[in-house]
Amino acid sequence: MALNHDFVGRTHGPTSVYEVSREKIRDYALATGDQHPVYLDPEAARELGYPDVIAPPSFAVMLFFRFGGWPLYDPAFGKKKEPVCVHRAQRTTHRRPIVAGDRLVQTTTVDDMRTLGEHEQWEMTHEISTEHGEHVCTVVNTIISRGIAEADGG
Amino acid sequence: MTAKVRYEDVEIGTKVPDQEFAVQRVDLLRYCGACSDFTATHWNERIAKSVGLPDVIAHGTFTIAEAVRIITDWVGDPGALVEYSVRRFTRPVVVPDDDIGARLVVSGVVEETLDGRRVVVRLTARSGEHEVMSGARAVVQLA
Repeated sequence: MALNHDFVGRTHGPTSVYEVSREKIRDYALATGDQHPVYLDPEAARELGYPDVIAPPSFAVMLFFRFGGWPLYDPAFGKKKEPVCVHRAQRTTHRRPIVAGDRLVQTTTVDDMRTLGEHEQWEMTHEISTEHGEHVCTVVNTIISRGIAEADGG
Repeated sequence: MTAKVRYEDVEIGTKVPDQEFAVQRVDLLRYCGACSDFTATHWNERIAKSVGLPDVIAHGTFTIAEAVRIITDWVGDPGALVEYSVRRFTRPVVVPDDDIGARLVVSGVVEETLDGRRVVVRLTARSGEHEVMSGARAVVQLA
């Protein structure tokens, strides 16, 4: 069964609050092997002009994993558990770094859905801002579900 | 924001220092936990092979995290990286279950200068013989 292209243009959010903690930033930075002090030490971050430790630039994707997968959980979207999805493309634009203590919300829109041979792909834009509406960053990502376009769906 | 690289000191063709990253299974497990992405292709060889992959593969977001690392190390202040993009992950970073894992070599070169003391850096990442992403760019705010 192909995915439901009626989802193009649908928006979800703003989500509940994602509260950014120093410890989560530390876990994420160390998981990428990066020990830059601006991620780990509030004093070092203040020396660079930030109010607290900042998150690595790639941290923005955390909100995708927390909130951005909503179409996958809507039966009307048509995505079954198998096969797995793969990541095709991503663009992230920062107005400012994410900082420990930020209380972020995300609004996600499905921009595009298309069939590529036996695969299906869709693109989503995730607008991340503070709960008070200050825009922090925008993530656009494209996901491929392998080999489902022509499957019979069972 | 206090980048340690000045706009005047950079021109089209300026190289950002290469870095090589070792990626082992344990690194992928740690990244799964850190970002809550437990997609099985990143830790389960059986499932990875069942969907036509040669073995467990790194997350695209992990590859991005390592790729932009050369930028944030270059400018000193990670907040100076204002935009990054990958048009396509062309090949997976395959991480075998051994003591060596995969190697990821990331390079960057300034390809455009912008208003507002910003530059565009073209990023490339190789694992083994293959480029693993295409159309990768970073926009950096220089001092």
